[in-house]
Amino acid sequence: MTALAPRPWEWLLPAGSYAGRSRMLLLRSATASRRTWPAILSGFAEPVFYLLAMGTGLGALVGTLPGPDGRPLTYAAFIAPGLLAASAMNGAVFDATFNVFFKLRDSRLYEALLATPLGPLDIALGEIGWALLRGGLYASGFLTVMAVAGLITSPWALLALPVALLVAFAFAAVGMAATSYMRSWQDFDLVTLAVLPMFLFGTTFYPLSVYPRALQIVVECLPLFHAVELMRGLTTGAVHLGMLGHLAYFVVMALLGVTFAARRLRVLLLR
Amino acid sequence: MLRADPAVDEKLSGCPDSVPVMGEGLVRARGLRKSFGAFEAVRGIDVEVAPGEVFGFLGPNGAGKSSTMRMIACVSPRSAGELVVLGGDPDREGPRIRARLGVVPQLDNLDAELSVRENLEMYGRYFGLSRRHVRTKATELLDFAQLTERAGDKVDALSGGMKRRLTIARALVNEPELLLLDEPTTGLDPQARHLLWERLYRLKGEGVTQIITTHYMDEAEQLCDRLVVMDGGVIVAEGSPAELIERWSTREVLELRFPSDLPPPVWELEPHAERVELLPDRALLYVADGDRAQTAIHAAGVRPLSALVRRSSLEDVFLRLTGRTLVD
Repeated sequence: MTALAPRPWEWLLPAGSYAGRSRMLLLRSATASRRTWPAILSGFAEPVFYLLAMGTGLGALVGTLPGPDGRPLTYAAFIAPGLLAASAMNGAVFDATFNVFFKLRDSRLYEALLATPLGPLDIALGEIGWALLRGGLYASGFLTVMAVAGLITSPWALLALPVALLVAFAFAAVGMAATSYMRSWQDFDLVTLAVLPMFLFGTTFYPLSVYPRALQIVVECLPLFHAVELMRGLTTGAVHLGMLGHLAYFVVMALLGVTFAARRLRVLLLR
Repeated sequence: MLRADPAVDEKLSGCPDSVPVMGEGLVRARGLRKSFGAFEAVRGIDVEVAPGEVFGFLGPNGAGKSSTMRMIACVSPRSAGELVVLGGDPDREGPRIRARLGVVPQLDNLDAELSVRENLEMYGRYFGLSRRHVRTKATELLDFAQLTERAGDKVDALSGGMKRRLTIARALVNEPELLLLDEPTTGLDPQARHLLWERLYRLKGEGVTQIITTHYMDEAEQLCDRLVVMDGGVIVAEGSPAELIERWSTREVLELRFPSDLPPPVWELEPHAERVELLPDRALLYVADGDRAQTAIHAAGVRPLSALVRRSSLEDVFLRLTGRTLVD
C-alpha cells in the first residue's frame, strides 16, 4: 500500500476529512459556555445601546429617511435592520476569530480533537455552527427588542431570523478561514480593520444614495451591505426578487469559507 | 564505590521479552519516509509491532520518533513507503483507525475550558460513545488516574503529573487496541514518573499494546519489551533492551573521572577494557568484570578522582551505535 495520488475531488474534501460528528463540537461549546454565559449575554447589549443612542438620540435630529420602497421611515426604524445585520456579523466573526485562534494555537484543542475520529471538516462545521448559533441568538434577541419598540412593520420580519443565521454562518466561515492565516494576536487588528469600516460605512446608518456612484460600487461589494439590504427589506415589508441575489452572495460566501477553513485546518494540523 | 540499583534489574526480568509474530502486526511499516520540504525527518524505516507488546522508539530529539508516531496516529500523511495501522491505510482511513487508537501527545492538550470529568466524558463523545456509557467510563478512568477527588476541578488547577495521568486516562476512554505515548514522562518529577510507569504496567497486564517514544534510557528499559534505536531518521538497532545491551555492550562499565586539566591516559586504560569511550568529563571502560578492571588499573598506577562500577544500560548501547550521548 504505497501513497496514492489524490483523486480530483479530494482537493475539496480529502479522504478522512469528515466523520459526520460535528454536533459533538456544539455539545462541547455548550458545555464550556455554561461557565461563561455572562460574556455571551453581553453581546446582546451592544446593538441595543446603538439603537438607543443613534435611533432615539440622533434620530430626533434626523427625522425620517426614505425606506427601501421609498416610503419614509423613522431614523430608528431605518437603522434597526442595519444593526440587526451587524449584530449577526459581529457575534459570528468574533467567535470564529478570537475563540478559534485560541483553540488552534494556545490550547491546541483541535490537535486533541484530531486524535479522535473527528476530521477537519467536523471541526470547521462544529465551530462555525456554534458561531452561527451565537449570531442567531443575538439576532433573535435584537429582533425581539425591535418588535417591542414597534420598529417592525411587516410579517416578513419573521424571515429575518433564518436570514440572520445564514449571514452569521457566512461570516463565521470566512472568519475561521481567515483566522487560520493569523500568526499572532497582533494580526487581530486586521479583523477590527475589516469589520469596523463595514459596520460604519456599509449603509447601516444611512442609505447608499449618499455616496457618489464609484463609492456605491465599492460598498455594494461588501458582505454587510447585502445583509443590511435583506434585513431592511424584510422588516419593512419591501420584499422583491432581487433579494435572492443577496441571499446567493451569502450562500457562496459560506461555501467558500467552510471549504477553506477545513482545508486550512488540514494544512496546519495534519502535516 | 557504587553499584547500580538491584531493584531495577529485578523489575526488568519480571517483564518478559515477547516474540513478535510477523504479518500479524498492529503496525507494519516498510521503507516509511516523512519529509518536511527539503528536510527528511524519517528516512525509510521498517517496523512491526505485535499485539500485546510494549514497543519503544528510543532516540535523541530530532531522531524522527515523533514524526513516526504522528504517521501511526493518522495525523500526518506519509511521504513514501508502506504503512498499515490496525489493518488500514492511515492516509485514507484515518477516522476509522483513530476510532481504535489511544493517543497521548508529547504536550498535554487537555480542554482547559472543561472540568476534569468533562474532559473524559466529552472526549468519549467525540468517539461516538453514548452519554450513559461515557459517564460510567469516566468514573472508572478517574479512579485509574487517581483523580476522583479532583473530578470537578478545572484542568489548569492540576499538577503536571495529574495532567499527564488525565491525558492517559482520556486516551483510554474508547478502550483502544493500541495506545501511542509520545514522551510520556518528559518534564515529570521522579515520583510522578514512577506512578505513571506503574499505570502503564497495569495497562500492559490488561493486554493493551503500547508504542512509546522516549529519550530516557531507564524508561525504555523499564517499559519496553522491544525497541528500536533511532538516530537521524533511521533505525540503527532493534531488539529487547537485554538483547541490545548484550549485543552492543559489555556486562559492566567502569566509569572513571579525572581532573579536567589532566586528561585520562587512554593508552594505559585500553589494555584493561574491551572498549574505551572518552566523554568530556569521564572515561567509560567496557568490561566483563568492573571490580577486576578497577583493581588492574589501580595496580598499573592510574589514579582517577573517582571510580564507579555499574551495569551496562541502553545509554551505552546508544553511545556505541551513534558515538554520542543521548541526553544533555
